[in-house]
Amino acid sequence: MAIQTTKDVKINVHHLTRVEGHGNIVVNVREGILEQCDLQIIEAPRFFEALLRHRPYEHASHIASRICGICAVSHATASLRACENALGVELSEQSVLLRKLNLYAEMLDSHILHMYMLVAPDLLGKGSVIPLAKTDPDVVLRALRMKKVAGDLCATISGRHTHPIAMVVGGFSHYPSEDELFRLGERLVIMREDLDDTVELFKGLSVPSFERETEYIALQKEGEYCIIEGMITSSDGGSWPIEAYQSVTNEYIVPHSTAKHARHQRESYMVGALARLKINYDELHPRAKTTAEILKISPKCINPYLITIAQLVETTHFTEKAIEVIGGLLEKGIVWEEPRPISKDRGEGVGACEAPRGTLYHHYVIGDGMIKEANCIIPTAQNLANIEADMRCLVPNIVDRTPDDITLALEMLIRAYDPCISCSTHMLEVRFV
Amino acid sequence: MASTIPKARIAFFDFTCCEGCQLAVADALQTHLDLLEAVEIVNFREVMSEKSDDYMIAFVEGSCTRMSDEARLKVIRENAQILVALGACAHIGGVNAIRTGLDIAGVRRYVYGEKAMFFETDSARPIDAVVPVDAYIPGCPIDLDEFVRTVKALLLGRIPILHDYPVCVECKMKENVCLYTIDKTCLGPITRAGCGAICPTFGVGCEGCRGLISNPNIRSLKEVFSENGFDEKTLMEKMKIFLSYQTMESES
Repeated sequence: MAIQTTKDVKINVHHLTRVEGHGNIVVNVREGILEQCDLQIIEAPRFFEALLRHRPYEHASHIASRICGICAVSHATASLRACENALGVELSEQSVLLRKLNLYAEMLDSHILHMYMLVAPDLLGKGSVIPLAKTDPDVVLRALRMKKVAGDLCATISGRHTHPIAMVVGGFSHYPSEDELFRLGERLVIMREDLDDTVELFKGLSVPSFERETEYIALQKEGEYCIIEGMITSSDGGSWPIEAYQSVTNEYIVPHSTAKHARHQRESYMVGALARLKINYDELHPRAKTTAEILKISPKCINPYLITIAQLVETTHFTEKAIEVIGGLLEKGIVWEEPRPISKDRGEGVGACEAPRGTLYHHYVIGDGMIKEANCIIPTAQNLANIEADMRCLVPNIVDRTPDDITLALEMLIRAYDPCISCSTHMLEVRFV
Repeated sequence: MASTIPKARIAFFDFTCCEGCQLAVADALQTHLDLLEAVEIVNFREVMSEKSDDYMIAFVEGSCTRMSDEARLKVIRENAQILVALGACAHIGGVNAIRTGLDIAGVRRYVYGEKAMFFETDSARPIDAVVPVDAYIPGCPIDLDEFVRTVKALLLGRIPILHDYPVCVECKMKENVCLYTIDKTCLGPITRAGCGAICPTFGVGCEGCRGLISNPNIRSLKEVFSENGFDEKTLMEKMKIFLSYQTMESES
């Protein structure tokens, strides 16, 4: 219940830290009435849709990956799928598995970065990972060790994590050796111990209590915890083919954000780890379900601060899936395949995948070998309206606290969403004015 | 014995970019934790909340794309003894510079429609188009080892010298098959080495992210394209990805 107050609160956080990109938080409470509550996205506009236009489609995934250093594999994947769907390319089974494996590795890399470097310092009462490295070196070393396994897996498959090289339209231009994959499989098995210690760490930390139900959206496919294509599925009921993404995302522009906003059946919706966990819980690996039970998170949870905990459940899941996929690939043996050819030189296609922060869509029209039209719908842009709705619900409940405490609660809320601002500007700063 | 030499204070800043090079820096710490013994990081918004304007070396990632960026960049230049351009966006405009030569108003309208006027932007420029730069770490993203070598050199009081030979040299040393022999195109002959020819090694032709060598023989590369059945337009399209700004500069 909102606290009765007549006080004035002005909060103005310029260049929110420990998030990817530039944003401000602006909150203004006058005589107890919340007058302004914005998450302002002040990242320089990036114009990627315009940069993709009139480029050869073969260049698209390499330009698109530059949208984001953290989720470069996701952007490359969605971009390639858009091209492949437009030009009638069917991938081989091996290519499908390697694309998934690369995305699992990116999920691990991104989730570990977010949980340990960006969120854990708040929960442990530290300013950042730098003082944390002095007081708790074991924690930081563990994070770096896990992150390196994920990064090395990406590098083995596609050359490097940030800006993958070897993923091309139709498949791959290079393949990992069976020996390299075997050794990474072994390192992932050893990483289970670090994961158990991570679960132990987060089990002991308290996440702020705050609940607000919203609409949750994720990709879904029968029989798997879907991360590439499938159907767009809402917790409010209903599912849509990815080609109908615009009927779900409904992007609109607000003056205080260089990132667009999105709304579906309500004023806002959530994408990302918590939305995926809620929609696809049954498909989690048994070890990940055990992690969820230990951390007391279930598909019923509606506390956005738990997004980080959902990421930890997913970290367990994707580790296990990566071990499985590597095992399957090694059983069959890696075969050197040329990329599958295009079957036409023009067409329209949508590519969709689950990036670490939520559902990502790339939509291209291709003609004469060139991208004619491009549209990219970014997870953080879809979450912005929902973050602001959470902020508007949270502020009246905590308005009796000190401005510093209110600011910290809001910063932690926004960090929980793991916003990727340079991605979404086509986004973060907290200002209480 | 504890060192009595004060640690060098270093800071990281970002302009228009994907922040991938700063992530690469964070990744470099995975294998070079000793770096943290030699320096004190006083500004790194992406991973830390503490901030200070008292620093010796500033690493700047990203291109300058707004008038408001210029003022911020000039303040960083004034505060820093050494300013380092970190990555292709800061060094040569990166993919941001694809917009060079495009109608900027049209670009804004394409993305933001009739609300385009809300959003300030201009052409994308490397940071040395605005302020003097002391050292460069090229690449999209940067090479981790090159970052570590650069930091060590700067701490020893030296400005690192960039390789001025093409990617082909490193590619040959890796004993890669030349991509032209398997019907692919590559900008290796005109692009500055230092990446270990990572893209050709993974089967994709060099895209020029480290910028042009000082005497690129573009006319000869056109002949190579032609001899291998590729037209000049294919070369120009490939050079647009990372070399738009440098191409514009050399033509003006």
